[in-house]
Amino acid sequence: MHESSIAVRLVEAALEAAPAASIRAVTVRVGELSGVAPEALHFAFDVARQGTPLERAALHIETSAVAVYCPACGSERATRLPELFRCPVCGRFPCDLVRGRELDLISLEVEEP
Amino acid sequence: MPTRILEVRRGLLKKNDELARALRLRFEEAGVFVVNLVSGPGSGKTALLEQTLSLFHGRLRTAALVGDLATENDARRLARSGAPVRQITTGTVCHLDAEMTERALKGWDLAGLDVLFIENVGNLVCPSSYDLGEAVRAVLFSVTEGEDKPLKYPTIFNTADVVVLTKMDLSEAVGFDRETALRNIEAARPGVPVLETSVRGEPGIVGWLDWLSERKSTAGT
Repeated sequence: MHESSIAVRLVEAALEAAPAASIRAVTVRVGELSGVAPEALHFAFDVARQGTPLERAALHIETSAVAVYCPACGSERATRLPELFRCPVCGRFPCDLVRGRELDLISLEVEEP
Repeated sequence: MPTRILEVRRGLLKKNDELARALRLRFEEAGVFVVNLVSGPGSGKTALLEQTLSLFHGRLRTAALVGDLATENDARRLARSGAPVRQITTGTVCHLDAEMTERALKGWDLAGLDVLFIENVGNLVCPSSYDLGEAVRAVLFSVTEGEDKPLKYPTIFNTADVVVLTKMDLSEAVGFDRETALRNIEAARPGVPVLETSVRGEPGIVGWLDWLSERKSTAGT
């Protein structure tokens, strides 16, 4: 459950990015290979925002599937376990990971002053 | 009230990553090779480390930091090797991070060490996200855990520089399917070296010690 540490960082990062604003919503991107479970992050965020200016802010989580670039056929495709690194088009193995590790604060929805 | 979207785009682990980068630089400058050992609980991190410290004793100046939620049992076990050992008790935190590592190093003369081992909290999920500034991350995987561990926990296997198969002496007793396990490791982390070890009987841990020594000399530390 390191989502609680991540949620605390998320609240800090949001307040750093918009210290004076009233924040309505927070959007994060969570890759499938980031090691963070979206449901657990929602739960942890509900706790972490208590007593902060984000108390009423909504959390939107965009998940990002694992995707690889194939150096053989040049395609870029989403992949699934157990063949995360095999090109679904030409079968080459291994391909290069291009998405799936993200754990980013993307944007904030703030009230206009 | 009207609202607007403020683009931020920053990594949530940025602080840890920055601190880890500073630690890595410090380790390189001090000439100490740092190994982060991660695995699920009970896969043999402490046993492997105990033997590693004993066998390196007199040849290399080693030390260990060991993370657990509670107790100093592991530190006591490891200290018998004669190497300096510090326990990090995390309380409720399920992983080590760069800040805890830095704090635990206070007062230690890093330049007086050749190899520093960091035994992470036993957990196959959370430690994968936290860079500690290590030179290599070793993921341990015991034959008693089931061949599909790398498919169930691809994130941690995908961050490994080396996979250490432990308790190989038990493979027959537990019906360990070596080929399947190797295939699953390769699926989660293409090209990663896999070392087969046992702290009791064959094949021993020589392959692991050799791999460490080789990586250490390539790293120039």
